[in-house]
Amino acid sequence: MLLEISGINTHYGRIHALKSVDLVVNEGELVALVGANGAGKTTLLRTLSGVQNATSGTIKFEGVDITRMTPHQRVAEGILQVPEGRQLFGPLSVEDNLRLGAYRRGGKPNDDIERMYASFPILKQKRHQPAGTLSGGQQQMVAIARALMAHPRLLLLDEPSMGLAPLLVGEIFNAVQGLKQQGTTIFLVEQNAYAALAIADRGYVLETGEVTLHDTGEALLASDRVKQAYLGL
Amino acid sequence: MKPAKFLAPSPQPLSREGRGALSGDAITMGADFLQFLVSGITVGAIYALAGLGFAIIYNASTVINFAQGEFIMIGGMSASTLTAAGVPLPLAILAGCAVAMLGGVLLAKFAIEKARNASVVTLIIITIGASIFLRGLAEVVWGKEFHQLASFSGDTPILLLGAAILPQSLWVVGVALVLILVIGFFFTRTLAGKAMLATSYNRLAAQLVGVNVRKVVLAAFALSAALGAVGGAVVTPITFSSSEMGIMLGLKGFTAAVLGGLGNGLGAVVGGLIVGIAEALSAGYLSSAYKDAVAFVIILLVLVFMPNGLFGKRGTERV
Ligand SMILES: Nc1ncnc2c1ncn2[C@@H]1O[C@H](COP(=O)(O)OP(=O)(O)OP(=O)(O)O)[C@@H](O)[C@H]1O
Ligand SMILES: [Mg+2]
Repeated sequence: MLLEISGINTHYGRIHALKSVDLVVNEGELVALVGANGAGKTTLLRTLSGVQNATSGTIKFEGVDITRMTPHQRVAEGILQVPEGRQLFGPLSVEDNLRLGAYRRGGKPNDDIERMYASFPILKQKRHQPAGTLSGGQQQMVAIARALMAHPRLLLLDEPSMGLAPLLVGEIFNAVQGLKQQGTTIFLVEQNAYAALAIADRGYVLETGEVTLHDTGEALLASDRVKQAYLGL
Repeated sequence: MKPAKFLAPSPQPLSREGRGALSGDAITMGADFLQFLVSGITVGAIYALAGLGFAIIYNASTVINFAQGEFIMIGGMSASTLTAAGVPLPLAILAGCAVAMLGGVLLAKFAIEKARNASVVTLIIITIGASIFLRGLAEVVWGKEFHQLASFSGDTPILLLGAAILPQSLWVVGVALVLILVIGFFFTRTLAGKAMLATSYNRLAAQLVGVNVRKVVLAAFALSAALGAVGGAVVTPITFSSSEMGIMLGLKGFTAAVLGGLGNGLGAVVGGLIVGIAEALSAGYLSSAYKDAVAFVIILLVLVFMPNGLFGKRGTERV
C-alpha cells in the first residue's frame, strides 16, 4: 500500500468535514474519489497535503506515519497536489512556475522542464508569459506540469476538469490516463463522476464527509446508487 | 553634543539670500536646487531601503512592520557605539546587522507567528508594540543621547556645479544602490528569491510545491532587518544616531512603501526617493519646519487619491 488513510476526522471549527474516512491507494493505481458539492473532497486532499490538520486518525505513506508532518515535508516524501482552481503563481512566468515545482528537489530542473514542454507543447510557446494570463485549460496544464516537476510518488488531482470546455475536459482526462500509463500513482478527485470512474482502477464515493461506497471503477459506474446520485441516469 | 538637525543631511546651500528673490541669480538658484536634490536623494536612499523592508515583510506575511525604523536605529546605534569602543567599522556594521536580524527573527517567531490568525490590525499593533519595546531597550543599553560616527571617507565636500556633496552622501547612495540591486537579483534570479515571491503571490500553492512558508516569513524579517541596519549605519555619520531615530525613519519608509504601492519593491524604492526629494525641497524652499509634514501629506494624498500607490499594490493572492 502506498497510501493508507485510517479513521481520519477533520473539522473546520464546529463543522465536521471528514467523518472517520478510511481509504487506500496502491502503487501504480488510479483511484477516483467522487462526491457532490461540499462532500469534503477538497478537505480530504488538504488533509493529505497537510495544509489542513486532521483532528484524529492516521495517514501512512509507504508505511510511514505522516499525519503530523508539515506540508513541505510531505512534498519531500513525494506527495504532490494539483489544487482546486489551479492556484498558479499568476504574475510569475510559466517557466518559473515549473521551476518552483522542483523546489524541493533542488538542482537543475532543465531536463524536466523540457520534458514538460514535450508533453504540453503549448506551454513552451508561452514559457515567458505570466502564468495568470493563460487560458483555463493551459493553466491546468501548468498546474499539472508544476506538480510533475517534483517527481511525485503520489499525485493528488483536485477537479482538474473544473471550469473547462468539454473538449478540453477530454484532453485533461487523456493526459491523466497517460500519466497513469507512465506509472504515476494518481488519486483523482472529481465531481464529474462518469469521466473519473471510467478511467479509474478503483473508486470511492464521499457523501457529507463519509465514504459510503467503494469498489472498482467499473462496478461503481454500473451500480444503481451511483447512477442515480451522480450520473443522472 | 548638539546634533545637526535630524535628517537635514547636507550643508546649507551656498546662498540663502538669492533664493526666492525675483532678481535671484539663476546660477545660484540652480546650485540651491542641486544642493536640495542631493540631500533629498541621500535621505531618500535610506527611505527607499526602509520602504523595501516594509515591502519584503508585507509580501511574505501581509504584516505591516512598524518596527522597521527600529532596525535602522539598531544599525546606527551599533555602528556608532561599537566604533567608539574601538571595534573596526566593518565589524561594527556587521554586528549591528546581526543584532537587528536577531531582533527581526525573534519578532517574527514569538509575536507574529504566535498570532497567525489574528487580524491585520492586531498584527500592526504587535509591531508597534515591538518598536516601542526595541526603542526602550535601546535607551537602556545606549542611553538617550545622540551618538556620532566618523564619516567613512572624510568630510571634505565635493563641489559639483555649485553644490557641495558630502562624501558620506555618496556612501549612502552607493550602498543603498548596491543593496537594492542585490535584492533585485535575489528576487528575480534565484530560486530562493522566487520561492519568497511565490509565497507572497499564493501561500497555499507555495506550501504545495514544498516551500516552508514559516521559514520564508522569518527570512523576510531577517532580510528587512539587515537592510535597515546597514542603512542606519551608513546614514549615521550625517544624521547622528539615537534610540529615537527609528520613529521618523520608519514612518517615512512606510510612506515610501505606500506611495510605491504596498508590497511593490521597486515602487518602494522610487517612493523613498520621491519622499526624500520632496522633503528636501520643501525644507529648502519653504521651511525645515514643514519637512516632516511632507511625508504625512504624501501619505494622505496617496490614501485618498490612489490607494494602490504609484505602481499598484501587490495583493497576496494570485493575479
Ligand atoms: N475553510 C473552511 N472553513 C469552514 N468550512 C469549510 C472550509 N472549507 C470547506 N468547508 C466546509 O467543509 C465542507 C466540505 O468542503 P469541501 O470544500 O471539502 O467540499 P468539496 O467536496 O471539495 O466540494 P466541491 O465539489 O464544491 O469542491 C463543506 O460543508 C464546506 O462548506
Ligand atoms: Mg472541492
